[in-house]
Formats: sequence, C-alpha cells, structure tokens
Amino acid sequence: MEMCRIVFSGSGGQGVVTASILLAEAAVLYESLNAVQSQSYGPEARGGSTRSDVIISDSNINYPKVIQPNVLVSLTQQAYDKFYPIIRPGGLLITDTRFVKIRSKVDAQHQELPMYQTVMDKIGKPIVFNICMLGAVIALTDIVKTESVIKVLESRIPSNFLEINQNALTLGIQLAEVIKR
Amino acid sequence: MSDNIKFLQGNEACVEGALYAGLEFFAGYPITPSTEIAELLAYRLPQRGGRFIQMEDEIASMCAIIGASLTGRKVMTATSGPGFSLMQEALGYAIMAEIPCVIVNVQRGGPSTGIPTHVSQGDVNQARWGTHGDHAVVTLTASNHQDVFAMTVEAFNIAETYRTPVILLFDEVVGHMREQLVVPQEGELALVERLRTAVKAGVDYHPYLPREDGRLPMSDFGGIHRYNVTGLFHDMWGFPSDKPQVVHDLIRHLVDKINNNVNQITKYKSYYLDDAEFILISYGASARSALHLVEYLRPRGERIGLLELQTLWPFPDYLVREKCGHAKYVIVVEMNMGQILQEVRRVMDQPQKVFLANRIDGVFITPMDIRNIMRVVQGKGV
Repeated sequence: MEMCRIVFSGSGGQGVVTASILLAEAAVLYESLNAVQSQSYGPEARGGSTRSDVIISDSNINYPKVIQPNVLVSLTQQAYDKFYPIIRPGGLLITDTRFVKIRSKVDAQHQELPMYQTVMDKIGKPIVFNICMLGAVIALTDIVKTESVIKVLESRIPSNFLEINQNALTLGIQLAEVIKR
Repeated sequence: MSDNIKFLQGNEACVEGALYAGLEFFAGYPITPSTEIAELLAYRLPQRGGRFIQMEDEIASMCAIIGASLTGRKVMTATSGPGFSLMQEALGYAIMAEIPCVIVNVQRGGPSTGIPTHVSQGDVNQARWGTHGDHAVVTLTASNHQDVFAMTVEAFNIAETYRTPVILLFDEVVGHMREQLVVPQEGELALVERLRTAVKAGVDYHPYLPREDGRLPMSDFGGIHRYNVTGLFHDMWGFPSDKPQVVHDLIRHLVDKINNNVNQITKYKSYYLDDAEFILISYGASARSALHLVEYLRPRGERIGLLELQTLWPFPDYLVREKCGHAKYVIVVEMNMGQILQEVRRVMDQPQKVFLANRIDGVFITPMDIRNIMRVVQGKGV
C-alpha cells in the first residue's frame, strides 16, 4: 500500500485528536499496519486551530510528521484557512458545510459534507460529530475496515455512549457513500 | 489482536518498560512534556502494590527515590529541563553514595522554563555535567517506542549492576507521539535484580567495599545492618574520611566502574555504514528524520548511512571512531547547538570532516533540513 498521510484539523474540543487516535489505533491493532499519530500541544491545542497528524503504512514510518497530507480534514474555517494550501496535489480534502466556506479551488478532490448538520438532525448531540467525520474518512479512503474502527470504539467508549458513537460512524459512512455513487 | 500489542505515547512506553523492569516506587512532580509518565504511574503503581508520591518539587522527588532505593526498591522519577536542574544536587549525592535509581528527562527547549511544549535535545551536556565534581554518569536515549521500552529496562539493569543513577534522556516528539509497542513476554528481556549482601545480622557489613568484580552488595536500609550513607568522601563503612588514599580510591572507583565498562553499557543501531561516504550520527527523535533521509537516498544511489546512538554517556569514543573513520563526511544531527558534535569532533582523527545539522527553534528537524546541510557540505549550496 501507499503510505497514507492524514492531517485532521479543527478547534480544541471538537474531538479531531480523539478521532485521529481511534483511526491509527484501528490500523495498528486490527489491521497489522504501522501507524504514527502526533498532535499540536500547548496554547494552539486549546482554542485556536488544533491539528493531529496520522501516517498509516505497511512499511516502517520514520519521520512522524506530515508535511503534505494525502488527506486533509478541516472542521473549522480557521483550520481550513491555515492548512488547505499544504494538501498534496491530487489528495482528498474533507470539510464540513456548516463550518467552512471555500476560499479557492485546490488541486485535490474536495468533499464538502454536512456532517455536523446530519449529526444534529439524526442524533441531536454534537459530541459525536468527530465520529461521524471518522466514518466519512474511512469510507472515502478505504484506509481501514469499518469493523476495525467499531472494535476500537467498543474497547474505548463507555458502554452507555457506544450506541450513539456507532450511529454517528454509520451516518458518516452513509454521507460518503452518497458521493461515491 | 494479541493483548501485548499497544498503540500509545512514548511516555507510556517508558511506563510500560519501568513496570516490566520491576519499578516499585515513583516520586515526582509532573511537568510538560513528561507529565503522562507521572499520570499513568499514579494509576498503575498502586494496582500492583507499588507506591506513587507526588512531591512538593523536584528536589524532594529526587531525595525520595534515593531513600526508597536504599530500602531495596527499584525507583524512578520523571521530569523535564527545569526539574532536572533542581535534581542535580541530589543526583550527585546518588552518584557519590552509589544508589541505583532511574531519572527520566523528557526534554523541552531551555534554558530556564524555556519552551515547554516544543521539542529540543538541549540537555545532553546537562546530563553529563549538571552535577558538580568529577564523576561518571550513564545516559540512554531512544527514537521509537520499542526502544524506549527496551532502554528503560536497560536503565534499571545498569542502575542495579553498577549501583549508579541512570538518566533516560527522551524528547517531546518521542514522548508525545503515538505508535505501536509490542510488550515483550515475561522473561524475554533479562532483568538485573538488586545484589544483596550475604553478610548475616550481627556480622560486620562493609557497604562500600567493592567485591573483586567491582560490584557492591547492598543491604536494605532499615533492615538487619546499621550503616552510614553520606555525600562526603567515605570509607568502606560509609563514614566520612579525608584521607588522601580514601578520597583517591573512591573517585577512581566511581569513574572507573562506568568508564571501564563502556563496551557493556554502549547501545547503538547502525544502518548502511559499511560503504557509506556520508555518515549521519543521531539519537532520539532526530534519528527518525535522519533514518527517513537515509532510506530515501539509498535507493537513489547515495552512499549514506546512519549511526544511531542509544548510549550518550559514557560517550562511545571507540565505536564512533571505528564506525565513522572511513567516511568522507560525518554529519551530526541533533536539536541543540552541537552538544554531541563536540564529542564526535573530539574522538575523530579528522574533526574537520564533521559537520552539524541542527534545529534550535522548537521545530522538529526534518529530513529536508538535513539534506540541505548535506548539499552545503558537498559544495552544492542549499
């Protein structure tokens, strides 16, 4: 497989870091792939734009940061403005229609998905916005299997929250599948 | 999935290694970027009958682990630059009194409180010479989580073998990034346990009389023997002495027990050194960027290799000379102003062929940063 470099960006509290860790963990624990995750620390992780880098590969990963992502996820305008220029040509850019207005066309496949709105309409709780996004990412990239992410959710999420997380994941996958068709 | 495969932070890998090695007591004062070590041990140690104490500062933390070690426990503390500065006095005490302990310094940028959440490798010389007086010290480091685990186990083994403090010098990138760790099975890595004296109660016990092999059997403090422990030069009973012979013999012993075993203590990894014209020397997180560049350039015909140092102190003079003597250029890759560079230049016959690729701005050095220095060295410009 080709090394997949993903940057998740948004604002502190949206759960982008958590979602990125769940993805990397699914790759390592259930798909026998290598993965490295690192994130911004300090003031920029609280409030301003937060960023989490994930690299997934079947070979060794040495340099752990992402310079040019194949996949860029931006869940706020600030994060989008800051990071959209770094996307790898031909890559995949995922933004949320509620939070991000597009400045200019990028040399990449750009998917604007109503993830936040769908979560609020169908589940009503914004805390699983990140898991809906994760569902869209895995469906659009096929980087890991859905079952692997579900296994991670089962091991990480308290049982009384598991169902809404699974539902949010499904919503994200469905949003992506509409596009893929 | 097997239970021994984990996906975690470098700081957590250090905790796993310490518990594997038999850590029983931790005292510390949490500080970024080492906080996760204290956080996790506060949870994990009591579960297995160990003790975790959050102390009022790093001076007290260091003193607490020294005391606990004397009673026969395997001990550790964790900190970052500012806390490591505060620990220096008691670190010297542990060296002088020959008390096994492990000190983790997850480096941030300094001096002073510096740049807490960003990466640096600026404490290399502090680890060597932070405490006063002639002494020897052991310092280990690692660039990935499997090695963080292994070096942490090794740190405990060396501490027990040589009755010495061992410093684990990690950095923010390795401490905070997450990757896979396969926890070795019990018995897979050798563990060195405390060497205790066979001298019975009521029989004269000499806590500071080395055996023929240089090792000093210990007696759990507060147990069956009464003896003295001091930071002053001391005789074989541990009582202060200013006799020239005693002073001379003790400092020789403290230095020689480490420096005469440099080959046993030296850990390293080498990549493509045999035919390398360009040799990168690196350690910790920087070695990841260096290896990335090596793996990129090798298939493109560049004769480049990497020597990754895992033991920084005692500095492996002979190893560096042997592995790098034939190279046309040697580039030391580190995130400071050239602390290991100085050592490499000191040991190489031709110091003029040794160059520095560094970053000192809190940003993790990239493979491209190193590549640019290579071009300059080759006379090709940036």
